[in-house]
Amino acid sequence: MILQTLYQQCIKRDVRFFNEFYVTDLLRTDEGTVAGVVAYELATGEIHVFRSKAVLFATGGYGRVFSVTSNAHALTGDGPAVAYRRGIPLEDMEMYQFHPTGIYKMGILLSEAVRGEGGILRNHAGERFMERYAPTVKDLAPRDMVSRAIVAEVKEGRGIDGKDYVHLDVTHLDPEIIETKLPDVTEFARIYLGVEPTTEGVPIQPTAHYAMGGIPTNTDGQVVLGANETPVPGLYAAGECACVSVHGANRLGTNSLLDIVVFGRRGGRHMAGYAASVPLPAKPEAAADTTRAELDVLLSSNGSENVADIRSELQREMFDKAGVVRTEESLSQLQTILVGLRERYAHAVVQDKGKLFNTELMETWELGCLLDISDTLAAGALARDESRGGHFREDHPLRDDGHWLRHSLASREPDGSVRLAYKDVKMGPYVPMERKY
Amino acid sequence: MATTVEFTMKIRRYNPEVGTEPWWDEFDLEMEPNDRLLDALHEVKWHHDGTLALRRSCAHGICGSDAMLINGENALACKVLVADVAPNVTIEPIRGLPVLKDLIVDMEPFFKGYESVLPYLINDDQPPDDRERLQTPEELEKFEDTTKCILCAACTTSCPVFWSDDEYVGPAAIVNAHRFINDSRDHGAQERLRILSEKTGVFRCRTTFNCTEACPRGIKVTKAIQDVKRSILFDRF
Repeated sequence: MILQTLYQQCIKRDVRFFNEFYVTDLLRTDEGTVAGVVAYELATGEIHVFRSKAVLFATGGYGRVFSVTSNAHALTGDGPAVAYRRGIPLEDMEMYQFHPTGIYKMGILLSEAVRGEGGILRNHAGERFMERYAPTVKDLAPRDMVSRAIVAEVKEGRGIDGKDYVHLDVTHLDPEIIETKLPDVTEFARIYLGVEPTTEGVPIQPTAHYAMGGIPTNTDGQVVLGANETPVPGLYAAGECACVSVHGANRLGTNSLLDIVVFGRRGGRHMAGYAASVPLPAKPEAAADTTRAELDVLLSSNGSENVADIRSELQREMFDKAGVVRTEESLSQLQTILVGLRERYAHAVVQDKGKLFNTELMETWELGCLLDISDTLAAGALARDESRGGHFREDHPLRDDGHWLRHSLASREPDGSVRLAYKDVKMGPYVPMERKY
Repeated sequence: MATTVEFTMKIRRYNPEVGTEPWWDEFDLEMEPNDRLLDALHEVKWHHDGTLALRRSCAHGICGSDAMLINGENALACKVLVADVAPNVTIEPIRGLPVLKDLIVDMEPFFKGYESVLPYLINDDQPPDDRERLQTPEELEKFEDTTKCILCAACTTSCPVFWSDDEYVGPAAIVNAHRFINDSRDHGAQERLRILSEKTGVFRCRTTFNCTEACPRGIKVTKAIQDVKRSILFDRF
């Protein structure tokens, strides 16, 4: 409804859209001021240079780095990846939220409302296992805890049929309530699983849902650099791609609206004021060259690596080794795997050499973004040898405020490797405490 | 999960960079019955023919980008399962809009129709005390069904009137007009009814119900169109 309303209001205000243009590069002057973006027009294959006084990225998250995700195919982290390549360190990339109730294999989200209305999670023995993990709040424990509990049940062999899923059970609820209050859930279960939720358990597993990390911004949506948070003149970000860090290491349900509605508005207002006060930066020399070179490499490759195979392997390994539960061992293995996948990516072949709607070319370019994002996520998760919010290290299960009450900042070195730095957390009125339920 | 299903998927292709005429391609696939047809199209694109062009994003019936003609009926490829349509699957682009490449059509005429009915809240009054404008559940019920539209164009491109008359605004535009005409917070009903009473508007509708059958959101599209016709006849002043 929010998306529809926003679109309607844009029509009312005659906002000009460049539909199916993919932003592939961010233009910055020698002083670092933003000068526009480069975009690839899907319909024609043309590369466009957009000059502007200010740019706001609202490009969404990067759930597609994982094999099981609630996120759309488009959510490949292009915005953060482009910023990262243009010298913007990314914040808290290891802080990723898994939602416990995704439809098995597909990751489609079954809303928290199901458990809110009384839905219960059950393992292969029909046991309400959340009673053991969170005796007081049970199935209504926070998303990260319930996700970990499901993974633990599966690991102990208590998944349904020995597989990696459990049941979300609403059969004890009034069918009338199920139909009227949970229409999406019943629809998804029936369509995608052929399961009748009023009489049988719905197969679910944790699904990659929301990036707490992203492009660092202040509360005016300005993108900021480093520990002292120096704004990049003219560059803004809002929504899931941004990291204002109102969520810290763990987002509460519905709080994504802060990123969208509150900071989207604040960013837009600040940006309008800024744009009215500065001249148009000079057009950078050879602005489209980087994009042209990137696409030429992909189009002229005579390798034989299949793009979809590389992507699937990346997503599976990320889900398995940097998902709900992580260890030093899994993350170190993952980094080696990522190096191998990047080598294969250099030999990836694009069959479609055409100009018109070359979606294969764009998917291949997006895979490059997924690889960059995965590098930053794996590096941040390996370095953070503690557990906090959405980041859980089985080998370091406790929170360690002495060392780790701080944000990570991942920057790209000239050789493509990730360099980590840290900045202090701005503390509000609340003191972090151990969560017990 | 049951065993896999083998089937042939026939896809209508078109690429103006290759030739001026469309053609048919067939792909032999083996998928799980619970796989979406979109998964089967991805299997083709990712492992058989990378040049296949289609739109998709959310893959679960929310974004509305993968409407296509599947075995002769408009549907979203992400809401149809292999088991629903195998063993013979024929896929074509939605009808009545210019095909640009394979399953991708030019959506501009569709969105032009949508924009023509003023699909946004019209109310210049200040909201009370800078708060939201309240509404009773009964007031919401009048238009709740038509808020479900995702602009996938499945209804409009299943409409025989739309196929033959490119001036007709089409079912989706009327659904979205209905959404605001019946919203107690909106003040633009008279203007929208005037627009829809013109010859490009609701009276083109021949109540074939194709639109209602095609809607992946289950909106009672034909009923909404009839509601608007009735409003023009009885409520307009």
